[in-house]
Amino acid sequence: MNTRVSLFVTCIVDQVFPQVGIAITEVLERLGYQVDFPEAQTCCGQPAFNSGYPDEARTIARHFLDVFRDSEYIIVPSGSCASMISHHFADIFQHEPKLLAETHRLEPRVWEFSRFLLEVAGVDDVGARFDGIVTYHDSCHALRELRIKAGPRKLLAKVQGLTLAEMDVAEECCGFGGTFSVKFPEVSGAMARTKIDSIQKTGASTIVSIDSSCLMQLQGVIDRAGLPIRTLHLAEVLASR
Amino acid sequence: MNAPETDIQQSLDDPRLQLAIYTATRRLIDHRAGVVSDEALPHYQDLRNEANAIKKHTIENLDYYLEQLESNVIAHGGKVVFCRTGQEAADFVLDLAKKRGVHMLVKSKSMTSEEIHFNERLEKHHLEAVETDLGEYILQLAHQRPYHIVAPALHLTRYDVADVFTKELGAENEVVIEKQTKFARGVLRQKFLEADIGVSGANFLIADSGAVVVVENEGNARLSTSAPKIHIAIAGIEKVIPRAQDLAVFLNLLGRSATGQPLTVYTSFLSGPRRATEIDGPDEFYLLLLDNGRTKLLADPEKRQSLYCIRCGACLNHCPVYRKIGGHNYPWVYSGPIGAIITPQFHGVTEETWLPFASSLCGACAEVCPVKIEIPKLLIKLREEVVEVKRRQASGDLERFAFRLFAWIATHPKIYLLLASLGSVFFPIVPRIGPLKKWDSQRTLPQPANQSFHQWWASRVGRSKGSS
Repeated sequence: MNTRVSLFVTCIVDQVFPQVGIAITEVLERLGYQVDFPEAQTCCGQPAFNSGYPDEARTIARHFLDVFRDSEYIIVPSGSCASMISHHFADIFQHEPKLLAETHRLEPRVWEFSRFLLEVAGVDDVGARFDGIVTYHDSCHALRELRIKAGPRKLLAKVQGLTLAEMDVAEECCGFGGTFSVKFPEVSGAMARTKIDSIQKTGASTIVSIDSSCLMQLQGVIDRAGLPIRTLHLAEVLASR
Repeated sequence: MNAPETDIQQSLDDPRLQLAIYTATRRLIDHRAGVVSDEALPHYQDLRNEANAIKKHTIENLDYYLEQLESNVIAHGGKVVFCRTGQEAADFVLDLAKKRGVHMLVKSKSMTSEEIHFNERLEKHHLEAVETDLGEYILQLAHQRPYHIVAPALHLTRYDVADVFTKELGAENEVVIEKQTKFARGVLRQKFLEADIGVSGANFLIADSGAVVVVENEGNARLSTSAPKIHIAIAGIEKVIPRAQDLAVFLNLLGRSATGQPLTVYTSFLSGPRRATEIDGPDEFYLLLLDNGRTKLLADPEKRQSLYCIRCGACLNHCPVYRKIGGHNYPWVYSGPIGAIITPQFHGVTEETWLPFASSLCGACAEVCPVKIEIPKLLIKLREEVVEVKRRQASGDLERFAFRLFAWIATHPKIYLLLASLGSVFFPIVPRIGPLKKWDSQRTLPQPANQSFHQWWASRVGRSKGSS
């Protein structure tokens, strides 16, 4: 036992939502894993890649490959960043055979947090307790690139005291989209408000997701509207007891 | 050109319009979901793969299939005209109309004709072209372009339609949809009888049989192509498919993806003029094969998949951006995600540089595309091209500098950590400038964290070292 797992917390969790990284550490240690945090880590390069700067993204991705070269399991608290690494690093290194080969060796070692719990740790009940009605927001890249849909709901279903209330547009985008949110703020905000209208109909007081960036977008619009709804990363719910 | 921000804001601020778009697209989404489900169509994903493979093969061998198509159309007694531009297509029709003494023609719905401003080009020369698809007819009367590839008048309510009929045709103000339809039918019936030319588009062109396939729900395309003496079909060169049997794949996908119908009400196979033994059909048949920029797209091995599109409109219905800004804020007749990828390719990335960026890259479009065009991937490619163009024009320097700096910081962990620790200090003042101001226009910024995860981890490691 005592398998070592490496955390890639992502830049947004590192800088804005450290509590998500702390929650993941707690859950993994509770399950008996030895958690490792390679301190030279920074970002996966997605902001540059999605904005049309492949050279800059490549530079950052190369750094990522260096930092996580020896990690057997890389745990990521984000569907979007996990997908960047396991799906799009191959795009940006397509003309660099050596780095492409290294990317292909990396891909199967990258695990979005909820998928790691279910498929590697083999647990759906981590012994969490959370009282309240929650609704789950499917983040786009987790849903459509990583095909993560039932997993997080399975984990939530085992949390004591928690009631899951599905919204009618769980799969619709929150409107974040990285630089889209600041290039087209009005459209982005309108998309979030549509989502929040649907959330309000569920009666949930908490929105759970596996991507902090979506939650930052939703919480920002919720706070601006002064609504009594909070957003939590799945890891934070699973760490509560 | 920059994004039409004022117009976009107007669309967002119009609750009636927002409701119309949202309700109509929701209905199309739900209908589609019902007919592509595992229960309704277990081999749906296989069909998509097959459709993609057929399109890929055809586009990569387009010259061969176009020649095969041409010889089969000729064998049926029809004529094929290759048109490099919309003007060439219009000139051919104008010339033919002049020779035959035709002053009015009827048209069924065709995005290709919208693309080349066909009606406007004819009207300049006093040749009247009457749209016979109900939605298109309403828009023609209202002097608007289609709001949606499949449902052109999606943004109009029955009250809007009543106003258009009253204003343009002097009809009584009638808001009951069935009565409006009956009225339009009465007007259009007369046009069908009077017109000597019928113009249609084409959903598919079958190379091995020389047939033009048109799918529709109203029957107007069938009337347009069989009642007048002359039938002219206008189609983009990418509409060709190799064999009649390939239709089994595409017809199964098109109606389902577009309107949630297992099959559209009418599927017409039109192959040439009426034969001696036949009762119905035109005396003359012409197939106008339009390039209008398409061959330009063939040059790029990755982006040419944009030509696989069968114009089902599913990507529009599922696009959260289209559903907010609507069809008319896109610069070309092709709106939504497909418009966002083909407009820059047809018109050049230097025009409309904002378009590839008007997407959250949510991927809903690619998920529902029946021919599996990788729309988000192509949007990113086009973003790269825009960035490159701006670099050459020495514009957009600030953003480029920001990303270069970001990449430098992200590969220098010590600098990253130093800046991160300073970041929380400056956090309260930055919302007033740059991108954060845009963020702040819609959303409250998150509270800065007291310490980063890096700092938490360092203190934790420090503690455990201290205690051991």
